[in-house]
Amino acid sequence: MIKKLRANGIQNWEKKWGLIFIAPWLIGFTVFYLGPMVASFIFSFFDYNLIQPEATAFVAGENWKRAFLDDPIVIKSIAHILQYTMISLPISFCFSLLVAVLLNSRYLLGKKLFRALFYLPSMIPFVASVLIWQGIMNEQTGWFNLILQNAGFPGIRWLASTRWIYISYTLIGIWGCGNTILIFLAGLQGVPKELYEAATIDGANSWQRLKAVTIPMMTPVIFYNVLISVISLMQFFLTPMVINNGSGFPNGMTNFPMVYFYRQAFSYFNMGYGAVIAWVIFFVGMIFTLILFGTQSKWVYYAGDKK
Amino acid sequence: MTIKESKTINTFIISIISAFLLTMFILPLLYGISGSLKSKEQLSSLNHSPIPQSQKKFNYNGKDCEIFLVPQEDGSKVPLAIVKKGRDKSVFVDPKNPKAGEITWNGKWRNLESEWTTDFQFVNYKKGWVAVNFLRLFKNTLFYAIITTFGTLFSSTLVAYGFSRFRFPGRSQFFLILIATIVLPSAVTLIPVYTIFYKIGWVGTWLPLIVPHFFANAYNVFLLRQFMLGIPKEMDEAARIDGCGPIATLYKVILPQCIPSVISVGLFHFFWAWNDYFNPLLYLAGHPEKYPISIGLSTFSNMYSTETHLVQAVSMIACVVPFIIFVVAQKFFMEGVVVSGVEK
Repeated sequence: MIKKLRANGIQNWEKKWGLIFIAPWLIGFTVFYLGPMVASFIFSFFDYNLIQPEATAFVAGENWKRAFLDDPIVIKSIAHILQYTMISLPISFCFSLLVAVLLNSRYLLGKKLFRALFYLPSMIPFVASVLIWQGIMNEQTGWFNLILQNAGFPGIRWLASTRWIYISYTLIGIWGCGNTILIFLAGLQGVPKELYEAATIDGANSWQRLKAVTIPMMTPVIFYNVLISVISLMQFFLTPMVINNGSGFPNGMTNFPMVYFYRQAFSYFNMGYGAVIAWVIFFVGMIFTLILFGTQSKWVYYAGDKK
Repeated sequence: MTIKESKTINTFIISIISAFLLTMFILPLLYGISGSLKSKEQLSSLNHSPIPQSQKKFNYNGKDCEIFLVPQEDGSKVPLAIVKKGRDKSVFVDPKNPKAGEITWNGKWRNLESEWTTDFQFVNYKKGWVAVNFLRLFKNTLFYAIITTFGTLFSSTLVAYGFSRFRFPGRSQFFLILIATIVLPSAVTLIPVYTIFYKIGWVGTWLPLIVPHFFANAYNVFLLRQFMLGIPKEMDEAARIDGCGPIATLYKVILPQCIPSVISVGLFHFFWAWNDYFNPLLYLAGHPEKYPISIGLSTFSNMYSTETHLVQAVSMIACVVPFIIFVVAQKFFMEGVVVSGVEK
């Protein structure tokens, strides 16, 4: 009887203190997430402009209809970000994997120095890095075009041609690969040595070892990184804003969903319509997350089936 | 070929490939350094040397005369300073021996090669520093980064401690919700949150940027909790027997064990805040006196888009502090990334 009471006492004590300690998050979640999410959903059915709150009116599904049927820019911006993702994700992942494999090689001299130098550009403030890349991509005075011209090729309109813009944006983003490189490197170091030895005994060359051992063993790390990258790409904002103030130049190609959201909600203060765009961003991200988790069993290899 | 030889060859090949890749990777940084030390004229000049150069000049009779390499009859080229430019013939003097008098040379001076000398424009840094008011941007950014790092560490530690050490109803559900907020796009909550801040008059102040960080960040809670779960529970119990309450246990037992992960989380947040562009753009628009470096830089580059040399100089200035932090805290950065990325 006393024992039970004491156990109850401990339980109540744990309950009380547990809730006290997580209170900051509970309050923050309610005020900054739960409430706003509900409100954002309600806003999406109103014509609501922060500057003229008296003109707020219920418009039912008008905003949703506008986003999906009347305003082609929303769908276009989604198509653009998907297109950009398809280009930038494979390039930056291959690059990161290549660097990680080199850094992991037992033949590399000065490993620590190389690792630090490959990570260093990740420390450059993002806006500064965009401005530096903008400089080197300058059509007249930038080094890229000067190098091309010296080699006898015509210069490229890096940031102004619809053909090159996503490649250029991918290059600008490549300095952000430092984290991915380090995560891949740690993943590589986690591959058991015996697997390589067994493959070598079976006569596999280094390319075959990469394909049959390294990459399958790395799929959990790749999975995690694809997920994080897709989520952050859905909110891609800084580069197009810094380079041309979110104008979408060239030809609306850099008018990504977050940029359009920002313009509608915070330049025109169309907050009801902005809320719809926000939910579209949410749903597209959600679909991607679900696809990734749904196909996980097909391509992600968990050693020993441990989760 | 012996094993030793093949090992040497491999070492050579791998190291050369890595060095080449690294050079390509940091090429823009070298461009930035070069561009920031050139003048506007040097940038657009036909002399594309990465090291800033200017045409050598010689002062002759109180006039700065450009020096050209003038071909002589014997085929050699002699550096001479041009005194009078003409269409088909020009007048030069020999800078080494100006007393020898003026030399007339037949030919088009425009086709002559110039003699170059290195000429760094360190003044760009001074100009850029003043033009963006870098000291003010720096102070604002530092203030924002430090106060929110404190806020998020303080609140996230408490919440992580609650999730890792206490059993309460709904704990696993709450934790799942917490993880879900990591992948929630900020846009979904932004409009109502902005509306609230607007209604209570906080837009245009630092408060909307600071206050939310005192309510714990899901990602930081996750990382700290993972770390705390690794600390044996016996240690808490021992502390409790010694008469420590839950708060004393946190800062006497748990925190000292968590220092490396707290430092990693703190550094990551600090760096995030240092880079934050979206929130200051949203809440501080129209208040340049409160701008952090990110907004200051992009505003400057919009206004001075033709002054590439100054934009590059300001960008270089912005790199200095993060580079110093990196050199000092490199270990924590690189290990923190790995902990957060692999152990998920």
